Amino acid sequence: MADTLERVKKIVVERLGVEESEITREAKFKDDLGADSLDVVELVMELEDEFDLEISDEEAEKIVSIADVVNYIEAQQ
Amino acid sequence: MNLSLEGKTYVVMGVANKRSIAWGIAQSLSKAGARLIFTYGGERMEKSVRTLADSLEQEKTLVYPCDITDDEEIKKTFQQIKEEVGTIHGLAHCIAFANKEELDGDYLNTTRDGFMLAHNISSYSLTAVAKVVRELDLMSEGGSIITMTYLGGEKIVKNYNVMGVAKASLDASVRYLANDLGEENIRVNAISAGPMRTLSAKGIGGFNEVIKEMEEKAPLRRPVTQEEVGDTALFLMSDLARGITGELIHVDGGYNKVGL
Repeated sequence: MADTLERVKKIVVERLGVEESEITREAKFKDDLGADSLDVVELVMELEDEFDLEISDEEAEKIVSIADVVNYIEAQQ
Repeated sequence: MNLSLEGKTYVVMGVANKRSIAWGIAQSLSKAGARLIFTYGGERMEKSVRTLADSLEQEKTLVYPCDITDDEEIKKTFQQIKEEVGTIHGLAHCIAFANKEELDGDYLNTTRDGFMLAHNISSYSLTAVAKVVRELDLMSEGGSIITMTYLGGEKIVKNYNVMGVAKASLDASVRYLANDLGEENIRVNAISAGPMRTLSAKGIGGFNEVIKEMEEKAPLRRPVTQEEVGDTALFLMSDLARGITGELIHVDGGYNKVGL
């Protein structure tokens, strides 16, 4: 589902104010995209809304990169 | 007497995003005809606050930075507000912060720095702002100050930890400020909102389970909404609440009354 990556990208661009070109699958939220801990919490909430799912604290902690998000979402669907 | 705030001006501190309780309050006050002024802490919030503020039907968007850990900056911000509007009729303080790692596990593990940080931002800031508002003689007689507290300041709430202790301090500040400012007929009250899906709440360990608990155990069998808290704020800001001060009002679907 390429669609998932596109939807994730859109949210990340909006939240973090980064260029879409910076968002590769390998990009890490904190190290590469400049997110702080509040940004990460906001992203998790946006993703929960967009994909209508619940991301537990334990799962959220494991999400470090764009690929982690996409894999997590696709595993849930 | 009615709930119109037409011709009145209110400061709303602490909008972070569209889910913020502060934003719910802003919407309720704006619908009642109030003129609003927003303050935000930290650059990361500015864009979001401006976008939201612009979406309201206000004649002019008034948004100011205010680092509430800095007394000089608080003074500067409220001086600017005074120059712009002259008088305010109320202020909503919706500000809290603690280190995320201290909002999980044992309260015992709170560090001295973490304790001070949580109290500085979440509790003292109300007193600091109230002090400046009085010094500048900014608030009209009959004015109303409200702040946001939580059950974790009165009872043990898992993972709320140092924020609970800071809220207890905030609750006590509300009473003492109510006494000080009561001489000028300015009221000070706190709203204790039930858990809501805000940025602050999501930072607390195990938040998703808390919402389920509300659905099962709160007398209203559901979490409360931003609008419900906003409308209680509107009531407290209005003259309908003119006899209420030093009070802590729960807007939590009755959850705080549940024993076992």
